[in-house]
Amino acid sequence: MTQDIQDLPFEGAYAELESVVQRLESGELSLEEAMSLYERGQMLARHCQALLDGAELRVTILGGNEQTED
Amino acid sequence: MSRSAYSVTEITRCIRERLEGDPALQDVWIEGEVSNWYRSSAGHCYLTLKDAQATIRAVIWRTTVDRLAFVPQDGESVLAHGHISVYEPQGQYQFYVNVLYPTGRGALYLQFEALKQRLADEGLFEEERKRALPAFPVCIGIVTSPGGAALRDIQNVLSRRWPLVQVLLSPTLVQGEEAPVQIVAALQRLYARDDVDLIIVARGGGSIEDLWAFNDERVARTIVQSPVPVMSGIGHEVDFTIADFAADRRAPTPSAAAELAVPDQADVRGRLGALAAGLQEALGRRVSEGRRALTLQLQALARLSPGLQIERERQVVDDLAHRLLHAQRHRMSLWREQALSLERRLGALDPSGILRRGYAVVWGSNGRVIRQTMQAVPGDPVTVRVSDGDFRARVEEGQ
Repeated sequence: MTQDIQDLPFEGAYAELESVVQRLESGELSLEEAMSLYERGQMLARHCQALLDGAELRVTILGGNEQTED
Repeated sequence: MSRSAYSVTEITRCIRERLEGDPALQDVWIEGEVSNWYRSSAGHCYLTLKDAQATIRAVIWRTTVDRLAFVPQDGESVLAHGHISVYEPQGQYQFYVNVLYPTGRGALYLQFEALKQRLADEGLFEEERKRALPAFPVCIGIVTSPGGAALRDIQNVLSRRWPLVQVLLSPTLVQGEEAPVQIVAALQRLYARDDVDLIIVARGGGSIEDLWAFNDERVARTIVQSPVPVMSGIGHEVDFTIADFAADRRAPTPSAAAELAVPDQADVRGRLGALAAGLQEALGRRVSEGRRALTLQLQALARLSPGLQIERERQVVDDLAHRLLHAQRHRMSLWREQALSLERRLGALDPSGILRRGYAVVWGSNGRVIRQTMQAVPGDPVTVRVSDGDFRARVEEGQ
């Protein structure tokens, strides 16, 4: 379950997190569902945070010899 | 001789209306040399435009003068746009100027206007064609010069706001004769990839000549062919190039383009925090709800519980026990009263009481109680009981 979150790009994880919060706030879930949804939400939030924290701008120059500068 | 004559006012009015009614004269570009330039105290400018064979008087109203980027001097060649009318009090036709450029540039501006109009007429700049920018771009392609300030500015902004994004630089000249061809190639190099989701075409500030490559028709047509949204960040705030109109989104400068292209991580982090808090709150609410429901059930259950029944029964039994006890006590006291009264009655019948009153009990020698005189044979020994004891006696005489 956690592997699929690791692979999510920021936009996907963020969008899912928003929808999780919405569903949780709607209050129509069983307690079990609410707890498991909460867990997933926390993992998604952590993943987004990690992506931001670990980011460094990479610039790659195209055209012939592609060089990357950070 | 005609039967009616115009007044001077009427004929002048008539001439004016002729001129104003001619569309060709209401939207004209005129090239000429400036002379007799002067500015009135009210701020309006009066000048004469001339060439070798003719002159035309011109007026520039103050509001337009204030917007001019330069002040023409006598002897300078200019390109002006405006309309023709007549100043009636002086019987003077005049050119009312609303746009004025020095000529070297003027020619370029004409070309610019013409191309802009032509491409607009083809629908290249229609709003409906413009695509929305992606909210969280993963990879941005940048068309600009590798050593220029534009790239540095963009890098700084992206680094600060959204370092998560990958940047592909497709380098090109941004000025000069070969620039348009290179810009086109740089764009197509990005189009060939499948990982780019946004393109920024950028160049630092400069004059219209410096920016001229971005007014090239080939550049404009290549931009509109892009498979992904294109932003333009060219020159300074006031500069508009054809590329700006062709792009899906124009930004006033390269930095501004970078700002519009990506979210700000500060904002997003804030939003993440809010979402995480929302998670907590929502779960907390859900758990409270669960707890409340549970409590209600427990209360309902408690009302039906055997324990309660037993309690109730116990109370009933208790009650009965009390009543029993009470009844018993009552009965006992009744009995006691009865017993007491019986005792009294008995007491009244007590023989010793009778004896105390003076009566005696007499037994004959046969052990029988003597009740009648005939039982008393003279000479018989008898036992007499009185209140405090017995004594013996002999019958003396009978009846």
